[in-house]
Amino acid sequence: MLKISDLKVTVDGKAILNGVDLDVGPGEVHAIMGPNGSGKSTLANVIAGRDDYEVTSGSVSFMGNDLLSMAPEDRAREGVFLAFQYPVEIPGVANIALLKEGLNAARRHRGEPELDALDFLKLVREKLKLVEMKEEFLYRSVNEGFSGGEKKRNEIFQMAILEPRLAVLDETDSGLDIDALKIVAGGVNALRSEERSVILVTHYQRLLDYIVPDRVHVLAEGRIVRSGDKQLALDLEERGYSWIDTSASTATA
Amino acid sequence: MNTAVKELNELVGREYKEGFVTDIEAETLPPGLDESVIRFLSGKKSEPDFILQWRLDAFRRWQEMETPDWAHVNYAPIDFQAISYYSAPKRDEDRPKSLDEVDPKLLETYNKLGIPLEEQKALAGVAVDAVFDSVSVATTFKDKLAEVGVIFCPLSEAMANHPELVREYLGSVVPPSDNFYASLNSAVFTEGSFVYVPKGVRCPMELSTYFRINALNTGQFERTLIIADEGSYVSYLEGCTAPMRDENQLHAAVVELVALKDAKIKYSTVQNWYPGDEEGRGGIYNFVTKRGACRGDNAKISWTQVETGSAITWKYPSVLLEGNHSTGEFYSVALTNNCQQADTGTKMVHIGENTSSTIISKGISAGRGQNAYRGLVKVLKGAKQARNYSQCDSLLMGDRCGAHTFPYVEVKNPTATIEHEATTSKIGEDQLFYCRQRGLSEEDAVSMIVNGFCKEVFRELPMEFAVEAQKLLGISLEGAVG
Repeated sequence: MLKISDLKVTVDGKAILNGVDLDVGPGEVHAIMGPNGSGKSTLANVIAGRDDYEVTSGSVSFMGNDLLSMAPEDRAREGVFLAFQYPVEIPGVANIALLKEGLNAARRHRGEPELDALDFLKLVREKLKLVEMKEEFLYRSVNEGFSGGEKKRNEIFQMAILEPRLAVLDETDSGLDIDALKIVAGGVNALRSEERSVILVTHYQRLLDYIVPDRVHVLAEGRIVRSGDKQLALDLEERGYSWIDTSASTATA
Repeated sequence: MNTAVKELNELVGREYKEGFVTDIEAETLPPGLDESVIRFLSGKKSEPDFILQWRLDAFRRWQEMETPDWAHVNYAPIDFQAISYYSAPKRDEDRPKSLDEVDPKLLETYNKLGIPLEEQKALAGVAVDAVFDSVSVATTFKDKLAEVGVIFCPLSEAMANHPELVREYLGSVVPPSDNFYASLNSAVFTEGSFVYVPKGVRCPMELSTYFRINALNTGQFERTLIIADEGSYVSYLEGCTAPMRDENQLHAAVVELVALKDAKIKYSTVQNWYPGDEEGRGGIYNFVTKRGACRGDNAKISWTQVETGSAITWKYPSVLLEGNHSTGEFYSVALTNNCQQADTGTKMVHIGENTSSTIISKGISAGRGQNAYRGLVKVLKGAKQARNYSQCDSLLMGDRCGAHTFPYVEVKNPTATIEHEATTSKIGEDQLFYCRQRGLSEEDAVSMIVNGFCKEVFRELPMEFAVEAQKLLGISLEGAVG
């Protein structure tokens, strides 16, 4: 599904990722953990194609295609979804309007007919239940005046509609209370399937109680310094990142 | 567009050659303005003498006026003696023979707007035997209006057939001495619409100049007069989303609206004249005076405008709230891209008691565009319990454009309630990336964000106009980002 090799990225000339390797197979859920400033969000944004990041070496291949040469919208249409750490407000644009445009753009890209208003509404109503949101949510401006929790739920809702092949969740759990966290996790779990992969970027192992990952990676100073199964997250919780940092330096020494 | 620019320059800049002729058959007057030109114009249309005197009076006042320089716009001084004040419609042999001879860029825009082929021909000024079926459409249209007694005709026709109405109302809202360009217009106006809606009549359709027979060419000095008698209602659409072929650089129109007791007038404009090229060469100067008077109790006048064209726009559709409980509204979207400049806004003058006004202004600046909102809310001494709400929002795209807000408030009555809100925001890279991450192309994303910004104004437009206006904004902003 996704294969990242020796990815090096700078922002304003400053090295953020220093050679990341990551291989995510179909149906797998990978968690990427690490302290602040370790490059987690950079990795998520580079996968989605945000400007301002300069890839100085390495490659990212998605379903066999060179992801880095594709425009952000083409990546999206191919099935890459980023749940934003800070979802953006767009005044005057109804949530449902953005979604409909996005979904139909992807359908056109795949050579499928666009959904008409009725079928779209049916789909949308069904997915609303998944994130326990009311219908009026659809007609409010994108993220405008939403609480932090509502914004995050809206991201999961959009993901549910767009049904990506690869979902990257950038700290979707931060700032959520336990109820919202369960809703978000429920949304992700409902999406899990053999053909779909998920990358969870998170600080805390708490999210992983609800979304059980196949693999856990620790990112520090722009490199993956440790990989393991879900037990790694629990160890981290107990011993902190400093434990990894030390072992990382000894490992590379 | 280059041919159009060249033609414009040639027209405005050409030398005085032919010598003055008062030959009634002349198709085009040589450049220049004096009393004999005004007599010629008036004679050409066989106007009643009171109109000629009115024009001459305006001309004498105009000669003593100075060009206004307070607006936030820059342009070289206009030589009013270099303009020709009368030009008959082009003869067929001078027009393009088919769409193949029309600027392909213009056609591309028509296609993006989804304009049918036959209408494209009409807009581009192609010589056609019969302009699709506009004649039959217009005839059906006229019959329907006649049934309810609505008069809708060129102003020149109204002068001949309804002189009493013209005499009573012409210049009653925008007097000939009002301002430099309004005075010039009063002296030399040649085209325009006249509407009269009788007492208690709800005009059965939206009136549009587009359907006004024989008037597909916009005049350089248009003059429109709309009168809604007691308890009547009319919705009037001006302009067209398609860029019109136009050879006059200076446009100085006047629009006067009169709403009597309990009458309502809704006036919607979409203006998309040639804005000049990317370096700001060519392009229309649009210096317009638009004003309405709520002349009876409970009258209402609502202006909605979408201004995307012209090199320079200088325009303040205003409402004089004379009747008690009368209402004035102004909804505006003004977009400036490349080197366009707009100084636009409104004046709401509260005279009667319990009068209320609403101002919603959305300015969008891209490229090197300069966009200014200039608005006056004036509450006179007798206007008890007047209310105004103003909201002025500016959206900037890129870092070479400008947005400016000049709100003026004059309140002489302590019971007035005035609210003013203003915001300035930038189309963020964040917003664009967010939309693109959801699968939208960059252009669709810009269009969606800008249309969201303008939503409060677009919902005031008649449905079909609103859809076209949304497309138009998208097209006007193409290439503005990235």
